[in-house]
Amino acid sequence: MCGIVGLFCKTETHRHELGRLTAVMLREMRDRGPDSAGFASYDAGLPDRTRITVLAEGIEVDWGPVAAALEGVLGAEVTVRAVHDHVVFSTDGDGRAARQWIIDNVAGATVLSYGSQIELYKAVGDPDLVAERYDLASRTGTHALAHTRMATESAVTTNGSHPFATGADTCLVHNGSLSNHNRLRRFLEGHGESFQTENDSEVAAGYLAWRIRSGDTISQALEGALDDLDGFYTFAIGVADGFAILRDRIACKPAVVAETDDWVAMSSEYRAIARLPGAADAEVWEPEPARIYTWSLAA
Amino acid sequence: MKRRFDLAEVSRRELNQALHDASDGESFEVLNPRGAHAVACGITADLDVVVRGSVGYYCAGMHQRGRVLVEGNASTGLAENIMSGLVHITGNATMSAGATGCGGLVVVGGNAGARCGISMKGVDIVVGGNVGHMSAFMAQAGNLVVCGDAAADLGDSIYEAQIFVRGDVESLGADCIEKEMRPEHVETLSRLLAAASPVGDGVDVSDFRRYGSARRLYNFTIDDVDALEAGQEAA
Repeated sequence: MCGIVGLFCKTETHRHELGRLTAVMLREMRDRGPDSAGFASYDAGLPDRTRITVLAEGIEVDWGPVAAALEGVLGAEVTVRAVHDHVVFSTDGDGRAARQWIIDNVAGATVLSYGSQIELYKAVGDPDLVAERYDLASRTGTHALAHTRMATESAVTTNGSHPFATGADTCLVHNGSLSNHNRLRRFLEGHGESFQTENDSEVAAGYLAWRIRSGDTISQALEGALDDLDGFYTFAIGVADGFAILRDRIACKPAVVAETDDWVAMSSEYRAIARLPGAADAEVWEPEPARIYTWSLAA
Repeated sequence: MKRRFDLAEVSRRELNQALHDASDGESFEVLNPRGAHAVACGITADLDVVVRGSVGYYCAGMHQRGRVLVEGNASTGLAENIMSGLVHITGNATMSAGATGCGGLVVVGGNAGARCGISMKGVDIVVGGNVGHMSAFMAQAGNLVVCGDAAADLGDSIYEAQIFVRGDVESLGADCIEKEMRPEHVETLSRLLAAASPVGDGVDVSDFRRYGSARRLYNFTIDDVDALEAGQEAA
């Protein structure tokens, strides 16, 4: 089943409580996916450094020497802090190179995201506890995505949890399943993307990352996705300066969007939106199949 | 006297149990539904229920008697398998509104999403705005009235239901064709628009076009050679 939520703050009004509101939404989607959860938040107000969020579940690593080695590779200072079983590196160096170096050199670690705005946390367990453990409620910023997973195609693991982000500040949550992900994964690997799981949704994230890295706008990338992704999906997507929604042509996976002057919210179900401030007066609609919806901070 | 249930304070199960235990003529007001699922499902008595706010999935599912008015939007499966009575929402409905309904009337004041009236079996559905793709998919009986536009593949694989659309039809599904509006259809449409008041108020019946089955996909007459040949020609 799975539940997805996304919240995009168009104005300053709710940016100080982005995380709290996202947690409220996530809680309502708890029973659509009680086995694991994750969230990503974007904050343009943080120092303009690349942050790399790494999952270090079940491994014992002394991160100081890892950061030092990474400094050597990047030729830039690297700082590191731990958040439970996650580690966040900060650097002025190249995020993509850092991601690949960590994947290649830190056994058992999974790079969850990199970019100047995004941080991403995920874990197995009750979505409320996941939100609490990584302090979702305290996060500020412009937009956030979150996901509750009911695993149907692969095991209940942290690596199978959403969101997925393989490119800079490009992140995706997915309800559905893709049927051509193996072939597409091989294609993308041949075009410079690297993957860390067997998950179909990671391939969708990698596809968007590849298109955006190649110069596409998010809208162009999603136009391509309509042709190149086979399967059923409702996606909520975050990029550095915007937020997007896409459903496949059949649109059997639920989605509802609400918009006010201050925010856009999307979710699998309306009840996740119902508790947002101003929801009663929001314009509420069901996104149409195969139609690309985007909102940009620049607009 | 109206009995009031505030879903911020009592559970949805308590509400539904009270509705199931109620007697003909009772009135209910439901507050703070906040997108809850299965609100006012399975009503069997002649009740008046007003829901103030938006509901989740399967609101007024299996509705048998009485009236349910939702002042807001509804999610997937509004009035699914309605048998008779009235279910009316003032806002938009998402997927599969009125699905498999066997009788009664479903009124959507705003737009209805994909597959509105899928497999409808006798229900009448009046939508004030537009309907999404594949509406009236495999519809078997009843009437779907769309005061706005219909998205792609309207009436795909339709049996004997009738579809009336006032605006544009993006495309018709397999075996769905436009049909002549005869006096009996004008009469049916007028009756439904009146029953759907205020959604149907002031809507000109002559603006509508009628769609239905070309009856080329029927295969229960497979032994009928003429029908079989007709089917092959159509293919």
